[in-house]
Amino acid sequence: MSLENKEKYEALQNVIDELKNEPGALMPIMQRAQDIFGYLPEDVQNYIAKELDIPVSDIYGVATFYAQFNLEPKGKYIISVCMGTACYVKGSQLVLDKLEEVLEIPAGRTTADGLFTLNATRCLGACGLAPVIMVNDDVYGRLTPDQIPAIIEKYRR
Amino acid sequence: MDLIRSHVMVCGGTGCTSSNSAAVIAEFEKQLTAKGIDKEVKVVRTGCFGLCEAGPVCIVYPEGSFYAHVKVEDVERIVEEHLIKGRIVKDLLYKGAVKEDNTIKSLDKVDFYKKQKRVALRNCGVIDPENIDEYIAFDGYQALGKCLTEMTREDVIDVILKSGLRGRGGAGFPTGLKWKFAYNSQSEKKYVCCNADEGDPGAFMDRSVLEGDPHAVIEAMAIAGYAIGADQGYIYCRAEYPIAVKRMQIAIKQAREYGLLGKNIFGTDFSFDLDVRLGAGAFVCGEETALMTSIEGKRGEPRPRPPFPAVKGLFGQPTILNNVETYANVPQIINKGWEWFASMGTEKSKGTKVFALGGKINNTGLVEVPMGTTLREVIYDIGGGCPNGKKFKAAQTGGPSGGCIPASELDIEIDYDNLLAIGSMMGSGGMIVMDEDNCMVDIARFFLDFTVDESCGKCAPCRIGTKRMLEILERIVEGKGEDGDIEKLETLAETIKATALCGLGQTAPNPVLSTLKYYRHEYEAHIYEKRCPAGQCKALLNYKIDPDKCKGCTLCARQCPANCISGKVREPHVIDNSKCLKCGACMEKCKFGAISKG
Ligand SMILES: Cc1cc2nc3c(=O)[nH]c(=O)nc-3n(C[C@H](O)[C@H](O)[C@H](O)COP(=O)(O)O)c2cc1C
Ligand code: FES
Repeated sequence: MSLENKEKYEALQNVIDELKNEPGALMPIMQRAQDIFGYLPEDVQNYIAKELDIPVSDIYGVATFYAQFNLEPKGKYIISVCMGTACYVKGSQLVLDKLEEVLEIPAGRTTADGLFTLNATRCLGACGLAPVIMVNDDVYGRLTPDQIPAIIEKYRR
Repeated sequence: MDLIRSHVMVCGGTGCTSSNSAAVIAEFEKQLTAKGIDKEVKVVRTGCFGLCEAGPVCIVYPEGSFYAHVKVEDVERIVEEHLIKGRIVKDLLYKGAVKEDNTIKSLDKVDFYKKQKRVALRNCGVIDPENIDEYIAFDGYQALGKCLTEMTREDVIDVILKSGLRGRGGAGFPTGLKWKFAYNSQSEKKYVCCNADEGDPGAFMDRSVLEGDPHAVIEAMAIAGYAIGADQGYIYCRAEYPIAVKRMQIAIKQAREYGLLGKNIFGTDFSFDLDVRLGAGAFVCGEETALMTSIEGKRGEPRPRPPFPAVKGLFGQPTILNNVETYANVPQIINKGWEWFASMGTEKSKGTKVFALGGKINNTGLVEVPMGTTLREVIYDIGGGCPNGKKFKAAQTGGPSGGCIPASELDIEIDYDNLLAIGSMMGSGGMIVMDEDNCMVDIARFFLDFTVDESCGKCAPCRIGTKRMLEILERIVEGKGEDGDIEKLETLAETIKATALCGLGQTAPNPVLSTLKYYRHEYEAHIYEKRCPAGQCKALLNYKIDPDKCKGCTLCARQCPANCISGKVREPHVIDNSKCLKCGACMEKCKFGAISKG
């Protein structure tokens, strides 16, 4: 186990110790585990199962039910394209099409260089700025497809 | 204490934060300090003012000057001119706040606010949500005190019942009745839950309440806890709302410090505490039984009812679940009396409703109006109509469970029963406006795509039925619709409605049924004429060059990424539709309006 990994598992152990006895602790533990590791690798699922003394299938079941749990690592920049109703009626599909074209990946995938993950998400709560995308925590609103290449370029550098 | 002569309220809601209000706040603080007036002018980061379209927005009091689209560069002028010299910077004001004769309208006279009545949103944009003292200064926690020291549990339930408050989360169930059922259930342990999952894509009312007035929700949940006899509450909030979660956590911590949560509140023997639980991106978890299963840490699948949560809910104990906006009304009902609340609204729907107005509308943002306001007033008087002179086609309410309301029904008085009667529903408050360029078949496809994606898969009608409906709709928008498709959609819709396990499946066909009801001709045009009347469905689009208008400038041919436009210089060009990608670049670039689609 690498040093970095060891620290992560220690952090996970602390979370488990803290939350273990709360009712309904599994999801909060998984959420915090994902914050620590960036996703939920199989080893981490096994670890949590062992610590909580529950079958790992329970954990896998929860992880696959909710859209926010990732079983695979994500890119450095996560691009979320809002496909909420307000954005959709204002043309977010065209924005998503353009991103798929520029990044050469379909929605839901990560680029080969590990730089970008492209996600289609629900309302980001900034409907006043529709159509909206987020790149990690940066919000871009009132977008048209022709603005996309320049935005991506900014992160490639 | 320093005497504050002016307040600069800057919106820190999600919309304005996205348009960079944080930098505006920082700049204000910097400028005020630089000018040495930071002790007399206070900058407050508030919740949402509602007019997100104009963001970042800020209001300077006592004048009530409403500045819109404030940029960091503008701040110095506002400080210099307005705050130091007392001259309002007119050219930076929100356009609707300046009258034709160049005088300034007060805020409540601005079109956007004139017909609104802020009850649930009363503190949003008015107080600093991260400071409990400001909430208390606006009568905060007074209602809880009144309940605990002057009212019996039965009194509280009685007031809520008489007020006529109905659930704002969608179905409109009478809140007082729900509390009464839970009160009647005998158990050592009971729970109070708050539904802050806000799953309707395109709605952000609950988010704004949580971000702008979190203590109102805490206070109401404590009141509910007292009424039904619960000592623990959970707020189930979607993880996509980081600002809301943070403010809620700050608010809970402050309330604990002030003894307004915890043991023996107000010196009584009532104890109550709260926790926030995060969702993880599953729409079905907004459904009450699924939400409770999710708080228990499991896959958020719904369970059959009965038993109802008031009898057997969270961890198998009697539980009530109410929506954020429902709770936001409660403290004021206690403070001002049920008569006050019941005096607003229509016969069967009392009070106000918050809508998130979005889509093809000039004033996007949050709107709170008394029940019974007409849709026309909301869309035109408050919303300012569709942009670019386009024609209004539909207003969609109720999200994926709701329907589209056509122009012919614009005069409907908005309340629970009227909206149901025309095939839509109140829902949680998303209101998306569509204009002539939006294809209604594609909108139906959009919502079905949503439900198929979000169906939890537990029951067959929802898992399989919605998928079949989506496949038919996809065929239709791709120009492969067949005779009989409409009838198949109708049969499937009725079957799913009648047989699905939970509200998600039971309401999933509504977007299809309501568009079929009002826009059947659009379905027929797609199927029988292979034509999209709105000009949106790519597969059915054909771009054409009008030879009389084309000057042969070659601009379009040079733009075309597929090289499918040909023609000689100064002679009319033609488009080869078999190769055309329907990207529309040619039409955008043509200076002579010679290219059309249809
Ligand atoms: C599929 C589905 C999704 C729902 N999503 C929400 C939601 O996001 N927010 C909400 O308040 N209610 C939602 N509801 C309604 C809840 O089940 C429940 O009726 C409501 O939270 C009760 O609170 P109220 O009586 O205060 O409205 C949803 C219902 C269904 C069937
Ligand atoms: S629909 Fe896109 S931010 Fe709300």
